[in-house]
Amino acid sequence: MDRDATYARLLELIEPFNKKGVALAEETSFANDLELDSLTVMDLVANIEDEWDINMPLNILPDLETVGQLTDAVEKLKG
Amino acid sequence: MTDLLSKFDPYIAEHKGLLDTGVNDPFGVVMEQLLSPTRAIINGRETILVGTYNYMGMTFDAEVIAAGQRALAGFGAGSTGSRVLNGTFAPHIAVEQALKDFYGTKSAIVFSTGYQANLGMVSTLAGKGDYIVLDADSHASIYDGCKLGNAETVRFRHNNVEDLDKRLGRLPADAGKLVILEGVYSMLGDVAPLRELVAVAKQHGAMTLVDEAHAMGFFGAHGRGVYEELGLEDEIDFVVGTFSKSVGTVGGFAVSNHPKFEILRLVCNPYRFTASLPPSVAATAEASIRKLMTATEKRRNLWAVSRQLHAGLKAAGFRMATETPESAIIAVLLPDQAGTVAMWHQLLEHGIYCNMSRPPATPAGIFLLRCSLSAAHTAEDVREIVARFAAARDSLPAAA
Repeated sequence: MDRDATYARLLELIEPFNKKGVALAEETSFANDLELDSLTVMDLVANIEDEWDINMPLNILPDLETVGQLTDAVEKLKG
Repeated sequence: MTDLLSKFDPYIAEHKGLLDTGVNDPFGVVMEQLLSPTRAIINGRETILVGTYNYMGMTFDAEVIAAGQRALAGFGAGSTGSRVLNGTFAPHIAVEQALKDFYGTKSAIVFSTGYQANLGMVSTLAGKGDYIVLDADSHASIYDGCKLGNAETVRFRHNNVEDLDKRLGRLPADAGKLVILEGVYSMLGDVAPLRELVAVAKQHGAMTLVDEAHAMGFFGAHGRGVYEELGLEDEIDFVVGTFSKSVGTVGGFAVSNHPKFEILRLVCNPYRFTASLPPSVAATAEASIRKLMTATEKRRNLWAVSRQLHAGLKAAGFRMATETPESAIIAVLLPDQAGTVAMWHQLLEHGIYCNMSRPPATPAGIFLLRCSLSAAHTAEDVREIVARFAAARDSLPAAA
């Protein structure tokens, strides 16, 4: 249940950066589908950190390629 | 076989597209001849340099050059070795003493470039299990230092005290923490609210490192940087700087009063696994740093021409990156890449060299023409720079 809520909220946070209007799903890739550049990713990360009061270390970002992977990471960081 | 360079095809296409419009290459300028700290021959034309970070105009100082020539003749062309093996010569010790005298610190360590100073300091200070909290607009050398090390890296929104406080508050209370700040940020030329940021860092038990590369020589009573101007000398743990801006040569350094600071020489790879500076470079840096201690007239003029350029460009209708002149970097905002490149090209055709900057070097969506002033600029130079900015703008196709 928690993960569903996190996923739903993440979609809302990603939407402002979804300039191409891509249909968001678990498999949506930040680099290939949303074509987010590194600076945009940084803005999104800051918003996610504040939403759940967590820190997302830069070191983990390269491994988070899809919306689903990001959801799992946020779930883990929320503890 | 997969061509490893094919991943850069988008960059190749973009750069080619840029050059196909017939403009000078913003990343391929050649200084054919240097006439002074503020004049060079580019494309066969005498050009006013307003983008070289030569803040204190020391590159052609007669005493600095003489010191370099003596060391070149006496110690040879290069050291052929690491500082911890055969690469420490008398001039390296002398320049570190000059830094200790300039900053009033117990220790000073010289690196081969400013980039390596950050790479070394950041990656070595914070290790596995420690945390680095850095400003989002930090220089690439700081980000790369984070990548080289094993600490967890968290960033806070640029110059945002509350944002830093929140992120530090989320970290384990007893973990090692390093907060990394810059006195002046090089893209917009804006100054950090160091007093408030450092107070928050201390409150959370973090150590602090401040990069003062763009403030050395003209901020604070002794020219030590923004941290000195704000009275934070007892609050900052490590100051990083460079010889390639105000000092007018090349090299990087860190200074500190930490009693264990000297051990970094033996554990910091970007310090110990590279050749030391050529002794002549160390000697020019020493001579320059010693002169900067008393360069009050240069300092006064640098501030005067910086303010004059900001006011002049603003009055000419340009959109400035900072409302007031905060440093010796005066940046003009432009709406997009094509317009920025076209204007930069026209400026060079009008005999003005400044820097074109775009993301990711700049914050998202920001395109800049960046000027950096020198103490060697005159009021007449600045009037000429402003006039040529206006003339370059008038010669753009859109203006016709």
